[in-house]
Amino acid sequence: MSSSFLLLALIAILYTAGVYLLLDRSLTRVLLGVLVLGNATNLLVISAGGPFGAAALVGRAPESAMSDALVQALVLTAIVITLGVAAFLLSIIHRTWTLDREDDLTVDTEDRSVRRRLERDEQIDEDEFDTTGCEQTSDTDDERTSRAGAQA
Amino acid sequence: MNPAATVVESLLPLPVLLPLLGAGAALVLAGRPTLQRWVSVGVLSAVVVVAAVLVAGAAERPRVVTVGSWPAPLGITLVADQLSTIMLLTSMSVTLLVLLYAIGQGTSDDDSRTPVSIFHPTYLVLAAGVANAFLSGDLFNLYVGFEVLLMASYVLLTLGGTRSRVRAGLTYVVVNVVSSLIFLAGIALVYAAVGTLNLAQISERMAAVPAGTQLTIHLVLLTAFGIKAAVFPLSAWLPDSYPTAAAPVTAVFAGLLTKVGVYSIIRTQTLLFPGDTVARDILMVAALLTMVIGALGAIAQDDIKRVLSFTLVSHIGYMIFGVALGTAAGVGAAVFYVVHHITVQATLFCVAGLVERVGGSTSTTRLAGLAAASPLLAVLYFVPAINLGGIPPLSGFVGKLGLIEAGVQDGSVLAWFLVGGAVLTSLLTLYAMAKVWVLAFWRPRDQLPVEHPEDAEVNDLDVADDPDRRYPVMIGAGRGRTGAESYSGALLGAPSAVADQEREVVALPRAMTAATGALVAVGLALTVFAGPLYSLTDRAAADLTARTPYVQAVFAQAVDDRVVR
Repeated sequence: MSSSFLLLALIAILYTAGVYLLLDRSLTRVLLGVLVLGNATNLLVISAGGPFGAAALVGRAPESAMSDALVQALVLTAIVITLGVAAFLLSIIHRTWTLDREDDLTVDTEDRSVRRRLERDEQIDEDEFDTTGCEQTSDTDDERTSRAGAQA
Repeated sequence: MNPAATVVESLLPLPVLLPLLGAGAALVLAGRPTLQRWVSVGVLSAVVVVAAVLVAGAAERPRVVTVGSWPAPLGITLVADQLSTIMLLTSMSVTLLVLLYAIGQGTSDDDSRTPVSIFHPTYLVLAAGVANAFLSGDLFNLYVGFEVLLMASYVLLTLGGTRSRVRAGLTYVVVNVVSSLIFLAGIALVYAAVGTLNLAQISERMAAVPAGTQLTIHLVLLTAFGIKAAVFPLSAWLPDSYPTAAAPVTAVFAGLLTKVGVYSIIRTQTLLFPGDTVARDILMVAALLTMVIGALGAIAQDDIKRVLSFTLVSHIGYMIFGVALGTAAGVGAAVFYVVHHITVQATLFCVAGLVERVGGSTSTTRLAGLAAASPLLAVLYFVPAINLGGIPPLSGFVGKLGLIEAGVQDGSVLAWFLVGGAVLTSLLTLYAMAKVWVLAFWRPRDQLPVEHPEDAEVNDLDVADDPDRRYPVMIGAGRGRTGAESYSGALLGAPSAVADQEREVVALPRAMTAATGALVAVGLALTVFAGPLYSLTDRAAADLTARTPYVQAVFAQAVDDRVVR
């Protein structure tokens, strides 16, 4: 099976960009990452169908010159599914926004109670938890509270 | 074909069709809650009956239906062999019982005013997706089945849209979308390599593919299924997202979703890539780590739901162990273990829901004296808990014994490590279960530890999230999420008033208890009928490792269709 080098390069770029976006904390970027990764995968499926040829319509071209219709059908299904997932992600991101006025991934309460236990010396290895340097940013908490107050 | 044979075959699409049609009906009946409940229960009961007939039918030979009469490699085929039908019957029975539990929860909360109308349709779509995944004879149709059940699970997990559920739901959605994309990429690679997506045809053609290409495709597929089945190190998402959902939702997720992943791994290992030693070793190491690390995580947790989430991950390791061995004995024991684990894990999550209702919390730091307060609840917890831990003569013991025997038969160094790991995990699981028992059920109420007020503040107020502090939640790092949810809003996930330590113990709601009791009874029935069931799973495994019955059935059907034309 042969496929276009250009297409493969494009797939590689899209995968790279998609993974980069997906790892961001901003949820909108995560959504974009999902979309880009979805498109990269769709292109991969298309390129799995072999070299491009004529449209797969009976009578227009000899069978050997047609491109594979099956991969197109598969990609169509995959696009619809990605669209559905994207819609759901958008709605859940919107929900996060209405709850928190925040586009970032929120923190688990579990994490917080670990931090508290640690502060009470119930856990020993403090350095392990302090590498994030989050300690300095705790002032945004008040900012958020006041903002929320203003909203209300 | 004789008429008797076609009856079984004509029933084959029903486990997918009935729930989908039922979901439509349930959506239309959103304004009539009672009728909606009857539709859901009726549809799922019918599916359970159909699944039972299919089990009987598939015992003879694998049953195949080509959808729309397109012959096998071209059209979509539905295949019901012994593995599919056993999985189907078990999962649909558990789904039905958990639905009854959910209805019991709704009824006793008198939530006729709350708009949970979306629950029933989504639940039925979930059932349809699971059935489609089990019956699919085609890799792409398996993907579609996965997506259907995942879409439904996204909705169920974030039901109500509270802060904690949205947070957990986001992780869950993103992780599963990524795993689906990996699966799709795997499908593309399979198609590029062998030019077909029909499972039977892939298994015939894959042998001709160069070994390196085979291994690549194999590992891509295993990664995708490994995320869905929560195999370590791809399991971190599960204990983070499951515990926040409503009790019935967690129960059905724990019972079904990871097992669909395990089912796909069984298919990949037995049908598509039998005898691949590299992947086999990788799976064995993954199984060992999954078992031990999951069990250690369970011990470190304070919250019953989180303990159960970790044991869920841990026991996935047992199934992967059996599948990785690849022998008929190993696969047979793994299939038996899947059946046992679906039942027992769903039961325990239902019990956790009851504990939350009776005790006002699922945290062992806040619970005490439940055995005295509600002896029935104690029994309902105790039986599945020791079953999970593997106390003889219960089905958990039978399954573990079968796996260990298969491991000893194999005799390789890795297999002996796994045997040791399996025994250790069994003990650790028992310890985790016993810890919950001692703290929540047996400890007198006056021995409750003094709570740190700051923790109470965090736990009671769901709003206390701090966006700028983030640490990776590692195994064992969590303290129980003790915020109890109000039960009137349990399905909707409305944050509740503060759970008072001094609050009176609430009586057990009858319908929920009955449904949980039925699940416990199913677990015991698995023990009583362990002999016949084990021979059934052994025969399923013999067919799986032989591969020919499956492949022949699919192609015989293809020939049949051509003759009809």
